[in-house]
Amino acid sequence: MEGLRNISSSPHFRSKTDTKAIMLDVILAMLPAMAISVYRFGLRSLLIIVVTVGFAVLSEYLWNLLMKKPQTVQDLSAVVTGIILALNMPPEIPLWIPALGAVFAIIVVKQLYGGIGQNFMNPALAARCFLLISFAGLMNDFSCAKIGFDAMTGATPLAMAKSGDMFRYGLLDLFLGNIPGTIGEVSALALLVGGAYLLFTKVINWRIPVVYIGVFAVFIYIFGYHDLYQVAYQVLSGGLIFGAFFMATDYATSPITVKGQFIYAAFLGILTGLFRLFGGAPEGVSYAIILGNLVVPLIEKYTIPKAFGKGGRKAK
Amino acid sequence: MSLATFKGGTHPYEGKELAEGSAIRKLDFEGNFFFPLSQGIGAPAKPVVAAGDHVKAGQIIAEAGGFVSANVLSSVSGTVKAIEPRMTANGLDSPCIVVESDGLYETAEGVGEKRDYTKLSGEEIIDIVKKAGIVGIGGAGFPTHVKLSPRFPEKVDYIIANGSECEPMLTSDYRLMLEEPEKLLGGMKVCLQIFPQAKGIIAIENNKPEAIKAVKEICAHEPNVEVVELKTKYPEGGERQLIYAVTGRTINSGVLPADAGCIVNNVATLAAIYDAVVNGIPLMEKVITISGDAVKEPCNVRVRLGASYDRILEAVGGIKEGITPAKYICGGPMMGQALFSLSIPVTKPSSALLAFLYDEVSENPTTACIRCGRCVEVCPEFLVPTLLAKAAENRDLEKFEKLEGMECVECGSCSYICPARRPLTQSFKVMRKKVAEQRRIRAAEAKQREAQAAEAKAQAENKKEEK
Ligand code: SF4
Ligand code: SF4
Repeated sequence: MEGLRNISSSPHFRSKTDTKAIMLDVILAMLPAMAISVYRFGLRSLLIIVVTVGFAVLSEYLWNLLMKKPQTVQDLSAVVTGIILALNMPPEIPLWIPALGAVFAIIVVKQLYGGIGQNFMNPALAARCFLLISFAGLMNDFSCAKIGFDAMTGATPLAMAKSGDMFRYGLLDLFLGNIPGTIGEVSALALLVGGAYLLFTKVINWRIPVVYIGVFAVFIYIFGYHDLYQVAYQVLSGGLIFGAFFMATDYATSPITVKGQFIYAAFLGILTGLFRLFGGAPEGVSYAIILGNLVVPLIEKYTIPKAFGKGGRKAK
Repeated sequence: MSLATFKGGTHPYEGKELAEGSAIRKLDFEGNFFFPLSQGIGAPAKPVVAAGDHVKAGQIIAEAGGFVSANVLSSVSGTVKAIEPRMTANGLDSPCIVVESDGLYETAEGVGEKRDYTKLSGEEIIDIVKKAGIVGIGGAGFPTHVKLSPRFPEKVDYIIANGSECEPMLTSDYRLMLEEPEKLLGGMKVCLQIFPQAKGIIAIENNKPEAIKAVKEICAHEPNVEVVELKTKYPEGGERQLIYAVTGRTINSGVLPADAGCIVNNVATLAAIYDAVVNGIPLMEKVITISGDAVKEPCNVRVRLGASYDRILEAVGGIKEGITPAKYICGGPMMGQALFSLSIPVTKPSSALLAFLYDEVSENPTTACIRCGRCVEVCPEFLVPTLLAKAAENRDLEKFEKLEGMECVECGSCSYICPARRPLTQSFKVMRKKVAEQRRIRAAEAKQREAQAAEAKAQAENKKEEK
């Protein structure tokens, strides 16, 4: 026998999709939202994205280097975190804020808990919440005065809804993104295109986004508005669609069990509804998902499926 | 018509096109043949010949060594050279009977004697199957006569022929169904003779339309045999998955298929049953697939059991010029064994020899689990592989059992799909062995304790009497 053979235990085939391919698909899925953000808010938006991604990747690279760990930046997950965080920024944010957020997301939320797959909170979202708490003023400034955006009043559709005005922007404006908001959340259309791509490529499945948005809509219809226009307005504005497709579906921080995904998504829907209807702030998606993240281990624990043939179903 | 299937599973690259067009051809060699005493599940057989003996083709050279065990027959006539340990597919040495063929193929007495199976009783058929050394030759190697003798024969209402051939690359069952459907049907009818109240079902994956056509044609006038088309998905041919797909019944590791009224046999096994019972030819040959991107001429060949793979490969044209395959596999890519060496014999459950240019395993290093849930989605046993893997990493047998790790059928779907290339199935195999061992030890200890308690009691009573 010539040479050494590879001996390994079966199976001997591997699917084509690896971690990097999945992350690349997520990045592709966010392209429409990024494009719209640049279209709406100009190069400023691109700058925010570049800086955030840059700092996210750099912190992961340096962390691995300093900690003498195998390099992981090539799996592109830090890029994904960077983009999600960037898309959560208001257009006029001073660049050091997303940069700081990116470092926080990667080092504190992701790496300190053991790296990819180990973190119990979505890094980008946790960083956003950290920034919201620390720099509430800057993070809530949607005025766009400096970048010359036509700027209405600078109040987001949700903020206006909170004060009872739900008609300043039409549903079409919300759908296309003719509204103030964070740079990535404004256009429901762009996000839905990306979400459809994720569903099509099977990066995510329908359970979390559909149940999340569905439960949210039903909840606010029953407990808030009793009116379909207003429900649609609520669904299309703020970070709900972005959150439901791109953040609530984060692998590390959502349940791996099928039943768990239903429960988790329904929980997010109700929480978001509660925050938006009864909370002090107009928006509630980020906090809802972060809170949801915290109960994932619990949900998972109680939703381990019964093994095949042990489901109590008797032979016919 | 909706296709019968199960929940979960995956779609690996099929690769059937390489060998599916090649008609079965027979290969014969002279020289040494090697017959491991253990070929499949169950106790090893006990040799009944010694070095120097002359044996004939079809002669029993080792007898079943227990209830779940099967005879080993010589596939050639010649002289027994030795009974010695030799390497088999799993890479371990195991005792083999070595027979040097004299090239005459003289057959043992009774071989080739035709029988009318309709005049045979169930016991007679099972006895013939047992003597013929038949085991599940689709891969598992469970002794067929044991399968055909369930505790409650009257409860069996389905005989299922497994023609799914869901492993990628393999095409031997396909060729068999295409070329000899009458043998498959014959084997099915022999089984129905044992279980007259049962219905025969031949289940074939729908990626083999030609085979489905051939088998349907031959079954056209068989009111009691139905052809069921299965969705092409791995592992459609797993026993539990197949039973569910065909009958909707669910069984777990603690339930025998027969207790759910089903007896599942691979199509090649049924053909072997037919040959043994009707043509009087015991299990001496089998059809195997030689394939993979490193093989010059992928094909399906009928070879004598005991022939060694290197000679078969050489005889069919060998490896493509100027190439060193990275990996050889005995069996399918999903459940087969990687081979250390090609000088190992074809055994009853061997189904293929595959040679690959690249090894997808070593070229895809393991990274951290990203909790994507794909393993959960594909597991046909509804397990949570990533959690099982954690238990395996921590060597936590208890947790592994609690998470139903013993229900794992080692199908490989989770490892195949995992984007982080975690060695899931691989670690489960190790853990399952450990748990099984622990269970055995515990059972033995319990027995011992019982015996001790009984003894102590007897002693105490003795003392009482003495007083
Ligand atoms: S498929 Fe692999 S990466 Fe995904 S959850 Fe399972 S073990 Fe983790
Ligand atoms: S856990 Fe076992 S049964 Fe489930 S997919 Fe993995 S190998 Fe197959």
